[in-house]
Amino acid sequence: MHAVLYSLLPACGVAVYFFGPSALSVLLIATLGCLATEAVCQRLMGQPVTLADGSAAITGVLLAFNLPPSSPWWLTLLGAVIAIAIGKQVYGGLGSNPFNPALVARVVLLISFPVQMTTWSAPAPLGSGLDLVTTATPLAEWKNAVMLTGQLPDEMQGSMANYFLGNMPGCLGEVSALALLLGAAYLFYRRVLTWHIPTAFVGTVVLLSGLFWLINPAKYPNPVFHLLTGGLILGAFYMATDMVTTPVSTKGMLLFGIGCGLLTVLIRLFGGYPEGVSFAILLMNAATPLIDRYLRPHTFGVLAGKA
Amino acid sequence: MKLKTFAGGIHPPDNKQWSSHKAIEDCPLPAEFVVPLAQHIGAPSVACVEIGQHVAKGQEIGTAKGFVSVPVHAPTSGEVIAIEYRSHPWGPSLPAIVIKSDGDDRWSTELQPADPADLSANDMIERVRQAGVVGMGGAAFPAHVKMSPPPEKKVRTLIFNGVECEPYLTADHRMMLEEPERILQGMALLQSVFGAERVVIGIEANKSDAIALFEKHCLGTAVEVVALKVKYPQGAEKQLIAAVTGKEVPSGGLPMDIGVAVHNVSTAAAVTDAVIHGRPLIERICTVTGPAIREPKNLRIRIGTLLSHLVEVCGGLVEQPGKIVLGGPMMGFTQLGFNAPATKGTSGLLLLRTQDIDPRPEGPCIRCARCVQACPIRIMPTTIAAYARRNLLAEAAEYCAMDCIECGSCSYVCPAAIPLVQSIRYGKAAILAEKRKSS
Amino acid sequence: MLAAILSLGCIGMVAAVALGIAAKKFAVEVDPRELAAMEVLPGANCGACGFPGCAGYAKALVAGTADINQCPPGGAEVVAKLARILGVEASASASEFAVVLCQGDNSKAQLKYHYLGLEDCTAAQRIADGPKVCPGGCLGLGSCQRACPFDAIEMTATGLAVINREKCTGCRKCVAVCPRQVIRMAPSEATVHVLCNSHDKGAVVRKYCQVGCIACHLCQKAAPDAYKIENFLATVVYEHHNEAAVAITKCPTKCIRDFSEGYPDGSALLPAVADKPHAA
Repeated sequence: MHAVLYSLLPACGVAVYFFGPSALSVLLIATLGCLATEAVCQRLMGQPVTLADGSAAITGVLLAFNLPPSSPWWLTLLGAVIAIAIGKQVYGGLGSNPFNPALVARVVLLISFPVQMTTWSAPAPLGSGLDLVTTATPLAEWKNAVMLTGQLPDEMQGSMANYFLGNMPGCLGEVSALALLLGAAYLFYRRVLTWHIPTAFVGTVVLLSGLFWLINPAKYPNPVFHLLTGGLILGAFYMATDMVTTPVSTKGMLLFGIGCGLLTVLIRLFGGYPEGVSFAILLMNAATPLIDRYLRPHTFGVLAGKA
Repeated sequence: MKLKTFAGGIHPPDNKQWSSHKAIEDCPLPAEFVVPLAQHIGAPSVACVEIGQHVAKGQEIGTAKGFVSVPVHAPTSGEVIAIEYRSHPWGPSLPAIVIKSDGDDRWSTELQPADPADLSANDMIERVRQAGVVGMGGAAFPAHVKMSPPPEKKVRTLIFNGVECEPYLTADHRMMLEEPERILQGMALLQSVFGAERVVIGIEANKSDAIALFEKHCLGTAVEVVALKVKYPQGAEKQLIAAVTGKEVPSGGLPMDIGVAVHNVSTAAAVTDAVIHGRPLIERICTVTGPAIREPKNLRIRIGTLLSHLVEVCGGLVEQPGKIVLGGPMMGFTQLGFNAPATKGTSGLLLLRTQDIDPRPEGPCIRCARCVQACPIRIMPTTIAAYARRNLLAEAAEYCAMDCIECGSCSYVCPAAIPLVQSIRYGKAAILAEKRKSS
Repeated sequence: MLAAILSLGCIGMVAAVALGIAAKKFAVEVDPRELAAMEVLPGANCGACGFPGCAGYAKALVAGTADINQCPPGGAEVVAKLARILGVEASASASEFAVVLCQGDNSKAQLKYHYLGLEDCTAAQRIADGPKVCPGGCLGLGSCQRACPFDAIEMTATGLAVINREKCTGCRKCVAVCPRQVIRMAPSEATVHVLCNSHDKGAVVRKYCQVGCIACHLCQKAAPDAYKIENFLATVVYEHHNEAAVAITKCPTKCIRDFSEGYPDGSALLPAVADKPHAA
């Protein structure tokens, strides 16, 4: 469990580098808030307090990763309480929650406080002397343009290289694909992650968005844009791979990843929100028990079609 | 060449270095033997000697009761001093015949050697039955039952199991190195009994010396030597068959359903003794090993030797063991002490220190699916265990609980230290009890 | 607007009529006595009556295939009410309590091995006949506690099941689940019990338990009618339970206890209980 925490460090570093002290405060408030809520809930229910297992801290960091760097302190704290209390402890704590706690909090906040949740800051690297200014995420930039003109914007503010490094507005943790992939590589090395869900998720997004792009490149952005902007990498490698809320069989994991990818692209291209990763994962979380029931591993020596 | 194997499984440290280089030694005879009447799967045998009676080595002292049962024999010559409940490796005390050795170690005169050329298949099976031969890989299923498939189930492929995938154990490995003729002879006898077309011996790749030796011996014969990937439970019957033939034994079925029979290499050696020499199964190779024993050894022991004697022969204990296991660490029986005797299925005595035991308390399942990936029969251990613990037996059965081979891979990989295999065993027992009640 | 109201109204009308007809036509006849019986029964669906839940019992009562005194949790009160509903004579329900006949917790009884595994007595019993040396003693893993539908059983910190007589309804679920038959039923008025379940000889019992019955016969000498000793274990003859108390002080291992004086190890789980709360 602690390996996941370590793997999130590079992305934390990038967030603090680009968004400065406000990113640090969001990270701290979310993590400490989650730890405190977990301790209070477990104390209230007369259960042993298990902060040392690291699961609450991971939820805290992931929640911070899903918030804009300019989130006010109360929003972050509220998110932490929702994530642990409503997302996790009401179901019985670690291992029993059907939905990814951090995403539950993010979606509750997104729906309840849309203004604060979609106020983005342009990155201002440490030492650059820039102040944080309000701007739009690449996905929102694109969505707005498409909504207004039915066309891709003439020129996007960022470049693909900047997107990859994380030099773009967005949630704390989603901006730098590079840092996230570094952490994910560590998780693969430690065998905490298996390839199934991330590959299926990312692969589906690339294929499907590529298809639309080929059909109408004037309206739909190319797959690399989909890949590098928004929360796809964060979602595919860290949120959709939360073991508790995903299927256990290999076939199930693949289906889960494909479903996430499908929903993400549909929401991004045709939905009201510019970003669909969180909703996609939560919807597939809801489908997990069904997937587990119908896509079991094929028992040794049982003939296909029987049982 | 790509080594053959099955899907799933785990890679525990094999820990065979303790004893794999030690040649087999004859274990000095103890003064007293405790021979349990139940040493095999099936009906226990019934004592046919009386207290005070003098018995010769190899004399039948317990007769088989029913078809799925075998007799037991006196491990040495001496006097029957008691027939009573004694500690048994399976846990509870069970009836046993206690023999006080007279020191002569004199063979019974009734045992008749025979020339296999004069024997029919049925004669051979009868001699194997009379000799009390059981499967010596650990399960101790009577060998003659396995050798008598119903006529409609023709065994075409005969596989010999030299895999020894349990960590620590080296008994089969040493036997393959030191007594290949005994094994090869038994293999030929079993082939003639079954009339099998294909004969294979499967050996795990970590025993390269044994593979080379058998390849040399089998050159020019019909026997195939198959090197198998080092993976637990490679030596489990169904997994071995899948690796060698690519076929899967049907769920709830037996290997003979797909025309296959599997015998352990040491069973083959015991068949040689029984058919050719007329000698009953009264000794076997047993690995005494682990970090808590002073001098790990591979011993040729008589059935009925007390574990305390084995410890003594191996130089005593380094420290008080934290766990005493009969058999391998994955599927062996944990012992309460050294009072139980070695039986026909005792392939090893493993002594672990307290620090070798995983003391973690059980945590919550986070559905990490490692058990699902490790399961060699591809069931969902965590789901079944959760159902079994809540006594939801129908659901556990629906998720194929009865297919579990209890290899323990799931418990081994579980990061939350959940007693998965114990829960599934509990569920299986409850399902069987339910079935018996309703029928 | 008007069209909408009208059309919705029409649809509603048609549906209402159809529902009304269906209700009349497909109505299932339920004996009113069955409903009344359901009202009276506790509704815990514990299964102590041997029928599938309270509804099953109510059905069987009306069909005449069950007696009115088969609901231990309901006690005398329910028997009386059922008698009124079904118009039969009320006979007293056998009012019984479950008793754990063991006080050899982990501090007093010796363990064979350190059990690490499934928290379940039946599972533990399958491993070398359980972790306790004593073949009959409470294993303390709480299978009975989890089986109890009325929350009447608690486990002490030292691993012993203790039954709260105020909550126990005599449903026998714990008796069925215990792999060692250490929980027995006793008449509610009997408060004195021999808290031991080992049939081993005295000398053997002494080796593994400080509070086991050693079959010394001193209790029987003190109260000949109230005790019987079979297979090296003394038990209270419940017909003479009111004579049993005199032997309590005589027992050398203190395994005879009177529940009306509280529970042996001083735990407050078992207050002095004389009557069942609903037995009036």
